[in-house]
Amino acid sequence: MKADVKPKPVVGGEVATGDVLLAVDNVSLSFGGVRAIRGVSFDIRKGEIRAIIGPNGAGKTSMLNVINGFYHPQEGTITYKGVRRRDMRPYIAASQGIARTFQNVALFKGMTTLDNIMTGRTLKMRRGLLAHALHYGPARWEETRHREAVEQIIDFLEIAHIRRTPVGRLPYGLQKRVELGRALAMEPELLLLDEPMAGMNLEEKQDMCRFILTTKDTFNTTIALIEHDMGVVMDLSDRVVVLDYGRKIADGTPAEVQGNQDVIDAYLGVAR
Amino acid sequence: MNARQLASAAADASLDTMPKLLLRNAAEHGLRPAMRHKDLGIWQTWTWAELRDTVRAFAVGLRKLGFERGHAVAVIGDNRPRLYATFAAVQSLGGVAVPVYQDSVADEMAYVLDHAEVTFAVVQNQEQVDKVISVSDRLPRLRTVVYEEERGLAAYDHSHLYSMAHVEELGRQELRENAGAAGWWLDEIARGKGSDVSVMLYTSGTTGRPKGVVLTHENIVVSAQNGNRFDAFTPDDTLLAYLPMAWVGDYIFSYGQATAGAMCVACPESPETILEDRREIAPTYFFAPPRVFENLLTQIMVRMEDAGRLKKRMFDYFLKVARRSGERILDGRPVGVKDRLLYALGDVLVYAPLRNRMGFSRIRVAYTAGEAIGPELFRFYRSLGINLKQLYGQTEASVYITLQPDGEVYADTVGKAGPDVEITIADTGEVLYRSPGVFREYYKNEQATRETKTPDGWVHTGDAGFFDQHGHLRIIDRAKDVGRLNDGALFAPKYLENKLKFYPEVREAVAFGQGRDYVTMFVNIDQTSVGSWAERNNVAYASYQELAAHPKVCEMVAKRLEAVNRSLAEEPQMAASQIRRFLILHKELDADDGEMTRTQKVRRSTVAERYAPLIAALYDGSTQVHAATEVTFEDGRKGVVEGDLRIVDVATYPVRAAEPLREAAE
Amino acid sequence: MELLYKIFVDPFVQMGGAPDLLVQTLWEGFVSGVLYSLIALGFVLIFKASGVFNFAQGIMVVFAALTLVGLYQKGVPAFVALGLTILVMLALAVAVERLVLKPLVNQPDIILFMATFGLTYLLIGLGQLLFGGEPKVMIAQELFLPKGSIDFPMLGGFVSLQKIDIAAAVIASAMVAGLAVFFQRTRIGRALRAVADSHKAALSVGISLEQIWVIVWFASGIVALTTGIMWGARSQVEFSLQIIALKALPVLILGGFTSIPGAIVGGIIIGVGEKLGEFYWGPLLGNGIESWLAYVIALVFLLFRPQGLFGEKIIERV
Repeated sequence: MKADVKPKPVVGGEVATGDVLLAVDNVSLSFGGVRAIRGVSFDIRKGEIRAIIGPNGAGKTSMLNVINGFYHPQEGTITYKGVRRRDMRPYIAASQGIARTFQNVALFKGMTTLDNIMTGRTLKMRRGLLAHALHYGPARWEETRHREAVEQIIDFLEIAHIRRTPVGRLPYGLQKRVELGRALAMEPELLLLDEPMAGMNLEEKQDMCRFILTTKDTFNTTIALIEHDMGVVMDLSDRVVVLDYGRKIADGTPAEVQGNQDVIDAYLGVAR
Repeated sequence: MNARQLASAAADASLDTMPKLLLRNAAEHGLRPAMRHKDLGIWQTWTWAELRDTVRAFAVGLRKLGFERGHAVAVIGDNRPRLYATFAAVQSLGGVAVPVYQDSVADEMAYVLDHAEVTFAVVQNQEQVDKVISVSDRLPRLRTVVYEEERGLAAYDHSHLYSMAHVEELGRQELRENAGAAGWWLDEIARGKGSDVSVMLYTSGTTGRPKGVVLTHENIVVSAQNGNRFDAFTPDDTLLAYLPMAWVGDYIFSYGQATAGAMCVACPESPETILEDRREIAPTYFFAPPRVFENLLTQIMVRMEDAGRLKKRMFDYFLKVARRSGERILDGRPVGVKDRLLYALGDVLVYAPLRNRMGFSRIRVAYTAGEAIGPELFRFYRSLGINLKQLYGQTEASVYITLQPDGEVYADTVGKAGPDVEITIADTGEVLYRSPGVFREYYKNEQATRETKTPDGWVHTGDAGFFDQHGHLRIIDRAKDVGRLNDGALFAPKYLENKLKFYPEVREAVAFGQGRDYVTMFVNIDQTSVGSWAERNNVAYASYQELAAHPKVCEMVAKRLEAVNRSLAEEPQMAASQIRRFLILHKELDADDGEMTRTQKVRRSTVAERYAPLIAALYDGSTQVHAATEVTFEDGRKGVVEGDLRIVDVATYPVRAAEPLREAAE
Repeated sequence: MELLYKIFVDPFVQMGGAPDLLVQTLWEGFVSGVLYSLIALGFVLIFKASGVFNFAQGIMVVFAALTLVGLYQKGVPAFVALGLTILVMLALAVAVERLVLKPLVNQPDIILFMATFGLTYLLIGLGQLLFGGEPKVMIAQELFLPKGSIDFPMLGGFVSLQKIDIAAAVIASAMVAGLAVFFQRTRIGRALRAVADSHKAALSVGISLEQIWVIVWFASGIVALTTGIMWGARSQVEFSLQIIALKALPVLILGGFTSIPGAIVGGIIIGVGEKLGEFYWGPLLGNGIESWLAYVIALVFLLFRPQGLFGEKIIERV
């Protein structure tokens, strides 16, 4: 991705690689007296891996929540695939191809790995409710087709051995992997990952990096990720946006951001 | 490809190569399942006819890519039907298969591929492709790499890299367009002879560089047929192929015997799902090193500790019943009616569910080999009705040297000479053998071949042993490891280590004593077993190292050693080699650090070198020593593991006679 | 000593003495057990999918039965009335979702529970308004439900099975089996379990909470209708019928609040236990065991196994 080429905005229809897929415009979000996000603007281009970093409490998770509709900003707009909106809704986000994982893993704890990932196919299932309720003919065929897609994901993420284990019993690292699997099952255009490597050891992190990169390469999925491990951020991402106390303080390639004095100050806690 | 050609090929009197046996299977058992693989959650099956067709297409495709008679092909990956098919395809064209351990690091792989002079490498997935490519500059003869799983490889340069699907398609296209191609393939197979080389297996060995053991088709075919006859295997038998394809055992069982006997081989979905897949397939034949059986038992015991009171009492009671009568029922010896009924009840309530849990519901024969197996462990499985037997073998023998016949199964022997095998014991106590399975030579290593094989075909095993009162062979130790203490007493380190390793809490042990005044030991605790004990006794720990350093754990191991000493005191030649001092290592001995071989055998010299300061401390009276060891993580990076290790003295006992009918130590 | 004999020996002697009576008692216990299961199932469905304990379940049974009979009395043919009642239950489900659940979605569970209280009184009022408060007769014959009884001579005497009971047992069992399959195997069932587990996650995979809630309350409504028809056919359709729903509470405690098999097993245990208790230990303990035995059993379970026989043990990762 060349940072100097100005991408052209697209209204509706297909977004080509390199064009802006999602743009956040002057968004501000408050809870009661707390101002979580203040006037932040940035964009995410199709096919890139965009890292969102910043010290704790900078508003990163809130930003993702705004993008997929859990929070509604008081000011600003979100433009996704050319359509400008004040509020995103979770259902619209999901049906328009935005999938996400959560910082504290939001899986269906009582269900197995397989069932969890199958729920990711919900929006892909066309046959009506009644057909599925009666579980006959075309509905069953569709279920099989989706099962195959899910099995491909299970194979890809190397979680075949826990296919039928209730996810509540899995160690944290594997839960995060299952959650990624569920997001991938939605065949998203934009994948939002909230600290996908938190709590993992070196080996697990390497595996996760491999999965993320392969996802981008094979499916041309655009990825926005919040991450604390600087090494990972530098290796994986194409561009980085840095938040601090709800404001954007830097935006550019990993190299540019790394050398930015404001960023260094923010992480060292220098008073401003 | 008409029926007559098929029939004539099959009727070829001397089925002396593996491809010829494959053709026979396709002709006589064409619709029976040959190979199974669990892919994407479902079991896929190839029949013998389908397997032959796949092999043929792949072989013809390889030929189109320039494969020639006599070429060597590396095969690298987890157990997969297509990789076994590669063996057959390569051999059908008169080539040599060179399977390589899939978890080798790139350097190890480079050595083998270069030494064996491979021209093709057929590998499972992107991981293996990456490894081969990373060392390809050291392999001038390697010209083509073929891969099975396509994921992640789409963007690679495909000028010398092909998918198996593509190669098979090349073959199929040729077979369609060229009417004589099928016949040509059959002719190529007919050209093969029993004396041709079929495979080269590199032994990891405990010292030095790996050696390439050259085995001919005759070695494999005769050994496989003998093996099948010994245990009466039929085409109805099934087995699970899960041990490394580069290991002679898997080559003989999953390829040799399975093809010779037209048996069905199932390949698990992934190494993590082996237990579950075994439960689903319920093989009738199973082989595993003792470690696997130990781990299985430990897991069950751990589970039982956590079970409800009623379940636990039922389990304990019926295990006692099994101990009393189980083995005798299995061996067909007389058992009272009341005991039989109790056992039958136990079978319904406990043994059958246990067998099912372990995946052994349909086991007819199970073998173990490679290390001594604790008598308790052995008895446990046999008393549950699992016909577990021991065998003794080597890569150089195409596996079989001795086997235990049904009904003559003892915990401390390795059996009688296998079919067509001759055994003698040299004056030094070393065991030598001669058989139709004896390897031809070590590839490009005349000296080693001369040192191992005598001119009239006897092979030095390197193990010391003797025949006991049952006519069974008993192995004491590696011949070169059997040594003496300073006072001349016999010191057989493996014998001592095995006695300690029978206890579930001990994963590994290394004994020292050659040229010393007394015997000392390094001990590795078993994380599963000791971890579970720690949970039950409210002992907190955050890492293996902490657990290994815990005083209570130390006490437990000391008690075990005392029991070992007590048992040694009853054997006059062994009494002097009781263990006086020990320490628990802060990290597990690991193949990645060079301390163990890939088949989990300890490399004594490497261990002695790396841990020299610890050994010195064991003999100079210190009660504590600081250890700092460099370790290699799986990705190749290095780190240091440190800790303070306690050295503990163990009580020793004076020599005395054995008590009659002594129950084995618990 | 005499007392001990009366408690532990006598009843079994009686059982053995007249085995046909034993079978009769077991059968009747089974039938009421199956109907308890059905009601409990209505609770389980709603609780599993929306986390709400639906106090109104009992009145829904009455309301459904009333609607059916009331429509018939107004001249609508029997099966058309049935069809219309089903539509009414659907409308009720939609109304509940729109007016009660959606506005209160992020409130604590106790608020939603109180809302179902309100719903109960609303339905009582509505029912009385539309159809009147006197007891009515279920239109069993018009729905082709069998009447009369079959007598089986057996074990030295005879056992009398009411045909309506047989029909009830068969229909209820079929319904229960169908619901169990529905939950476990279908996409909707999976979506239901997902919603029950985590709203946040369900939303992010695009499951529509509103749709699921409507489905679940509708299913519950059908269950209520079936229960109403069966129970009404065996006695009468009147408002006191809603008391039966209270019996579902011990069933849920026994079987677990979120378990369909639990509701089945629990219902049968309570049903059979009650009848046996009443018949054989009743005279000893002063008759009326039927009204309190279920609650005692539930109490015992709360002490020793609060999640019920089949309920999910909460797994906490440390």
